[in-house]
Amino acid sequence: MDSRRLFSGSISFKDIHPAVLIAAVFLLAYPSFATDFFIFQIGAYSLILGTIALSLMMLAGYGGMVSLAQLTVAGFAAYLMAILGENSMDVMGLGWPWWLTVIVSVLGAALFSTFIGAVSVRTEGIYTIMITLAVAVAFFYFVRQNYVLFNGFTGFAGVEPPTLFGIYWRDPVPFYYLSLTVAIGFFAAVYYCAQSTYGLGLQAIRDNPRRMRALGFNVTLHRIVAYFFAGIIAGFGGVLLVWFNGRVSPGTVGVDVAIDILVIAVVGGMRHPIGPFLGAIAFVLLENFAIDLIDRERFNMVIGTAFLLVVLFSPDGLLGLWNRFRDRLRFRGNALLGDERVNKDGPASTGSLEKTE
Amino acid sequence: MRNFVERHTFWAIVLLLVAVIFLWMIFAVWPDWLVDALGRKKTFVNTLLNGVTLGGLYFLVASGFTLIFGLMRNVNLAHGSMYLLGAYIGYEVADLTGNWFLGLAAAFISVAISGVLLQVLIFRRMANDDLRQTLVTIGISIIAADAMLAIWTGTTYQFSPPDWLFGAANLPIISVIKSSGAAVYIKYPVFRLVVLVIAVAVGISLWIFLNRTRIGMMIRAGVNDREMLAATGVNVQLVFVLVFAIGAGLAGFAGVIGGTALSVAPGEDIRYLLASLVVVIVGGLGSITGAAIGALIIGLAEQFGLAYFPTYGVVLTFLIMVVVLAVRPQGLMGGR
Repeated sequence: MDSRRLFSGSISFKDIHPAVLIAAVFLLAYPSFATDFFIFQIGAYSLILGTIALSLMMLAGYGGMVSLAQLTVAGFAAYLMAILGENSMDVMGLGWPWWLTVIVSVLGAALFSTFIGAVSVRTEGIYTIMITLAVAVAFFYFVRQNYVLFNGFTGFAGVEPPTLFGIYWRDPVPFYYLSLTVAIGFFAAVYYCAQSTYGLGLQAIRDNPRRMRALGFNVTLHRIVAYFFAGIIAGFGGVLLVWFNGRVSPGTVGVDVAIDILVIAVVGGMRHPIGPFLGAIAFVLLENFAIDLIDRERFNMVIGTAFLLVVLFSPDGLLGLWNRFRDRLRFRGNALLGDERVNKDGPASTGSLEKTE
Repeated sequence: MRNFVERHTFWAIVLLLVAVIFLWMIFAVWPDWLVDALGRKKTFVNTLLNGVTLGGLYFLVASGFTLIFGLMRNVNLAHGSMYLLGAYIGYEVADLTGNWFLGLAAAFISVAISGVLLQVLIFRRMANDDLRQTLVTIGISIIAADAMLAIWTGTTYQFSPPDWLFGAANLPIISVIKSSGAAVYIKYPVFRLVVLVIAVAVGISLWIFLNRTRIGMMIRAGVNDREMLAATGVNVQLVFVLVFAIGAGLAGFAGVIGGTALSVAPGEDIRYLLASLVVVIVGGLGSITGAAIGALIIGLAEQFGLAYFPTYGVVLTFLIMVVVLAVRPQGLMGGR
């Protein structure tokens, strides 16, 4: 099982799957053959959405806490960027230097996420969805009503990344690499975190909080720290999002978008950090090309149906489909080649353990 | 009640004092210093009534939500869509037949049927997996919102209820006494009072249904221990279907009531879903009494927030939720 190797601890160079190398080369070389539209609107946007969904995947997949407020956290960072940095709306726009704005926005988002976590971890399971959804909706209505800080219905426009080293970072290619760096950085961080002591503790808490409490682990603290980390990821996602759009408004943090993030994570799969990115690519491709198949207005119908089908028939998302497909292939292969094949499958697989006994 | 007074004497006294102050503020003619501090009495009384009637509406929506959760542990996030669906169907039927009450009945029945279909076709297949059930309801609400937008477009609809339900009534509450000595009474729309009456009636009948009938007894038993109830020979699936029908039907019913008191437009589904969520989080999931108390608190908080500090109104609602979660994570009336 792939998942078992994932949690087994040490990583060595040999463990890197050839598919990872191919994917890395593809991602790095992508701008050299794609058009600007594909680099910016498809590539960078998928990476941003994937990053935000990654924060949800980390909470839900490893912590068992399905939070619908991760987009709200990202949106909070985006709003902070507009409020603390510069915008073209004559409301707020304190004009802080860009690096300070980014740091404060991300930290602010992380604190906001921690706060949401502190509120919601007091209850368990299904309550988390309800509380975080309530937070998301309340934040949406709040920014829409509040004109003093958040400029109400219009929101902010003219939020731009800085020009650094002579590069304007909103140009497609630099922005793509910027998003890629952030996305891969957090992907690796989450991947590593899952194998760290903390990550293992978090997963154990997901599986059996009562036993972990009895073993002396501080369950509440583990969960709140998870919200803090997820907040940092979502915060960076929010910073990229506001640079991508150039603007932020209540529509950015709307409930439908928050649910889109959940759709992305669920459709991609919540068992592995690659899931959210797969989901994001599928989502963005659908969003851009569903027009050819169906009326633009009915996009939500398509995405809703896709989501429903995934939840109904493949709870682990696209990753689950792939795993099932591979297991079936391997099973067939084993049957053909005989039992020795199972032994070569690495020390972690249950097949070989049974053989050595 | 007596139990509460004996156990929490201090809080009982505080509550009593608050009630007395409120009653005085409602019926007395305000002295000048109070007008200076809070604005005109008319605003205050209207806000109070708005809050209470809105609370009534929220109770209608949230009671179905909490009823379904209480028995099936199913957080039905499509509840807002059921509200909106009921409103649209009610509007169509009322518009066709010219009879508002027929619209009300049609909304209740058709949304109840949709609830039964959901339960039979989908939720029954994934019992004991509440996260998946919740995700499914999210998917359904996305599709439903889009389908309703396609059918009824983005237009705002307004019901036309019978004339005797419309218009304004003079309440026996004096707003100000003019210099000539004539008293000015406060006027209030009749229909909003009707909403309150209906909410109270629905609340009482739900209470009687749950506490005084045989089926209600089964439902309460199912809330406590589903397997044991099944073991005693009750067809639990049938009870589930019934409860889902009632819960969904109440959402559709509330759709027509709320649509008449306010209006029907896309986006209302999210609004009432939020209201139901906050109401049941504050009141305690699964408790009808909790839903009533939560609805009253949230309705009042929303209207007072809107009237006295408009830009931060939502924060007030949210703060109440946070405080309740911090002090009593299971909600005011929620049991463990």
